[in-house]
Amino acid sequence: MIAPIPPNQLCRPASIAVTLSAADALTYVPRTYRDGGQLSDLPVRAQLAAALGRTASKMSRLAGRGDGSVIGGRVGLALDHDLLRRLAADRRLVLVSATNGKTTTTRLIVSALRERGEVATNAFGANMPSGHVLALAQSPEAPYAVLECDEKYVPMVLAETGASIVALMNLSRDQMDRAAEIWLLAGKWRKALDGADTHVVANCDDPLVTWGASTAKSVTWVSAGQHWREDSWCCPECGGPLDREGVHWKCRECHFARPKPDWILHADRVTTPRGRTHELALQLPGRANRANAVIALAVVAQFGVEPETALPRLAEVTSVAGRYTTVEHEGRQVRLLLAKNPAGWLEAFDVLEPAPGPVALSINAQGPDGRDTSWLWDVDYRVLRGRPVWATGERRLDLAARLEAAEVRFAVVDDIDQAIMAIGPGRLDVIANYTAFQHIRARYGRVV
Amino acid sequence: MSSDRIKIVWIYPDLLSTYGDRGNVIMLERRAALRGIFTDIVHVRSDESVPVDGDIYLMGGGEDRPQILGAQRLRADGGLQRAAEYGSVIFAVCAGYQLLGTEFGGEEGQPVEGLGLLNMRSGRGTKRAVGEIAGNVDTALQIPMITGFENHQGVTHLGPGVRPLATTVVGVGNGDGTEGAYRDHIVGTYMHGPALVRNPGLADLLLRWASRRDLAPVDNSWAGRLREERLAAVLHT
Repeated sequence: MIAPIPPNQLCRPASIAVTLSAADALTYVPRTYRDGGQLSDLPVRAQLAAALGRTASKMSRLAGRGDGSVIGGRVGLALDHDLLRRLAADRRLVLVSATNGKTTTTRLIVSALRERGEVATNAFGANMPSGHVLALAQSPEAPYAVLECDEKYVPMVLAETGASIVALMNLSRDQMDRAAEIWLLAGKWRKALDGADTHVVANCDDPLVTWGASTAKSVTWVSAGQHWREDSWCCPECGGPLDREGVHWKCRECHFARPKPDWILHADRVTTPRGRTHELALQLPGRANRANAVIALAVVAQFGVEPETALPRLAEVTSVAGRYTTVEHEGRQVRLLLAKNPAGWLEAFDVLEPAPGPVALSINAQGPDGRDTSWLWDVDYRVLRGRPVWATGERRLDLAARLEAAEVRFAVVDDIDQAIMAIGPGRLDVIANYTAFQHIRARYGRVV
Repeated sequence: MSSDRIKIVWIYPDLLSTYGDRGNVIMLERRAALRGIFTDIVHVRSDESVPVDGDIYLMGGGEDRPQILGAQRLRADGGLQRAAEYGSVIFAVCAGYQLLGTEFGGEEGQPVEGLGLLNMRSGRGTKRAVGEIAGNVDTALQIPMITGFENHQGVTHLGPGVRPLATTVVGVGNGDGTEGAYRDHIVGTYMHGPALVRNPGLADLLLRWASRRDLAPVDNSWAGRLREERLAAVLHT
C-alpha cells in the first residue's frame, strides 16, 4: 500500500461556457482573455480545441446521435494533438480498464471519490482518447479524474495523462474481429507499466491481469474473483499449465504464481489490508458488481477514502448507463442487462430472476458489437432451459441456431416489443449486446 | 465397417480455443445424435497426451504464442500424427489449420515448424483478413458452398498432394483465390470458430468418414436458416 495522495495545488483554466452553435464556437474567445483577467495555463489553441469539442458534442447530442462524447473529443484532438496531456496535467487521475466492468467500476469509484472533491469522468463509456478529452474539458476545475479506458489504449493514455492509479480487473476473449488478442494486450500493459510512475490496483485472481500488472513499481492486489476461466489455462509468463485450486493458481513450470492479495472479496463481504471485514450491501446485483465494488474500494483507499466512507456511496448506485435499469412498459417490468462477450454472459446469467423467470435475448453484430457472432458458441446457454426464452436482434438467427443446439426452448421474434408483449404483466429480464442494448434503451426511454 | 459410436477428440482447448471453437464439437455431437450415433467427447489439454484411437480430431484457433506452443507440444507428443496415419478424420480451423502444414509464421513472422500433415506452408500477409467468407467446395467432396467468418493474417501456399477445400467467392482464404485444404480425411480451413454450424454438409462429411456409413438427411432447422441468411447477405450485396 502506498500513502494516500493529497490533491495538488491546482492551476486550471477558467471554466468555459458551452456554446450551442458552430458559428458561436468559431468566433469563441476564451473567457480569461475576454475578461482581461489572468492568463490560463492552457494555450489559446488548446482552449479553443476544448471548447469546439464541447460544441460538436452538444450538437451531436441535440441531433440524437448518442451522447456526443466521441465526436466532441475528436474535434478537440484534431485541433490540438497534445490536448489530452494538457487537460490531464495537475490532476489526480485514475484509469480503469478491463474486458468487462469498466463503466460500472468507473462509476463506483467516482461515487466514492466525490467525498474528496469534484471528479471528471467519462460516464457514458466513451473510453478512447477522444472521450477522455471531452470528459476532462467538461470539468476543467475538477482536481480528480476517473477515466474508463479501452484496454488497448491503456499504454497511450497512461503516457499522456501520467495517471496516478491504474485499475486492471479482468481480460477475456472479446470482439476478436476488432479488438486485440488478450495475451498481446497484457504484454503491452506490462511494457507500459514498466518504469511508469503509477500505482496499480489489480485483480490477482485473473492470471493474465496479474501478469500484465506485475511490472508496475507498486501494486495493490485484490482478490476480486474470476468466473470465466477459459482464457487462462496457460501461464502467461512461460506457457506452461496453470494449476488451480479454488482462487489459487500457480504455474507448474515456472515461478509465476498468484500474489498474496491485499484486499479479499468473499461472497458479499470484503476484507481490507488492515484485516477489517465489511458487508458490501450494494444495490447493483451479482458477483461481478461485488468484484467491481471491491476494486473501487481499493482505488479510493489510495486517496484516503476508507471503506466506512466509501461503502454507503457505492450502495447508492442503482444503474450505470442503463445497465440494470428496470423500465415499466404496459404493466411489465423490464430489466436491461448488457452482455458483450462470453465472460459477460456468465455474469448476466448470475443476476437473472430465478427460473422460470422469462428472458429475452437480443444480439446485433454492428461495428461496436463485433461483426463476428462466433462467441455465442462459447456461452453455455443450457442454463436457460426451463424458462420462457425469446430471441431477437439483427442476428437472431445466429442466436436461434445456438439455442437450438443447446436444447433450450425458445421463440424467435422480430423485435423486443413482441417479446415484452408475449409475457403477461410481470417481470422480464433482457440480455443484449452493445448496439442491441442501446436500441432497447432508446426505445423505452434513456434511463441512466 | 460401420460404427454406432464415434470418439471425438478436441485438441488443446486450453491453447487452441479462442472464439466459439467449441461450436464444432457441439455440432458434430448433435448431428451424430440425430442419426442415433453415440459420441464420446474427449477434451485433451496441452499437458496431456493425445489419444490415438479417436475417430474425429478437432483443432481450433489461437493467438500466435498459443499456436507456437500447440505446435511444439503436438510435435513432441506425436499422437495426432499417428492417428492421421491410421486414417482418422482431422478438422482444423484458423491457427489449427496453419499448424497442420509444414511451416507457419510466428509472432514476428519467423517460420515455425508445423505438424506436416498437409503439404503446405503459411506465412504472414500484409493485411489482416477479417470478414465473411464463402466459397465453392471442390466438386470431389460433393458438398454445398461453404459460409463462415475469417479473421487471420495468414497466406497459405499448397504443395503437391493437397487440394484446396474451396475456391473463394467472398473473402480472402489462402490468399490466392482458394480457401482451406484437404487430403484424405484431413481438412483445414480459414473459416474460424464454429465453422461447422453454418456448414452442416461439411459436418456430415466428417461424420460419414468417421462412421463409414451413409447418413440419413436431417432437418437443418435454425442452423439451416442461418446458413441461408448469411449466404444471402454476402452474395447479394
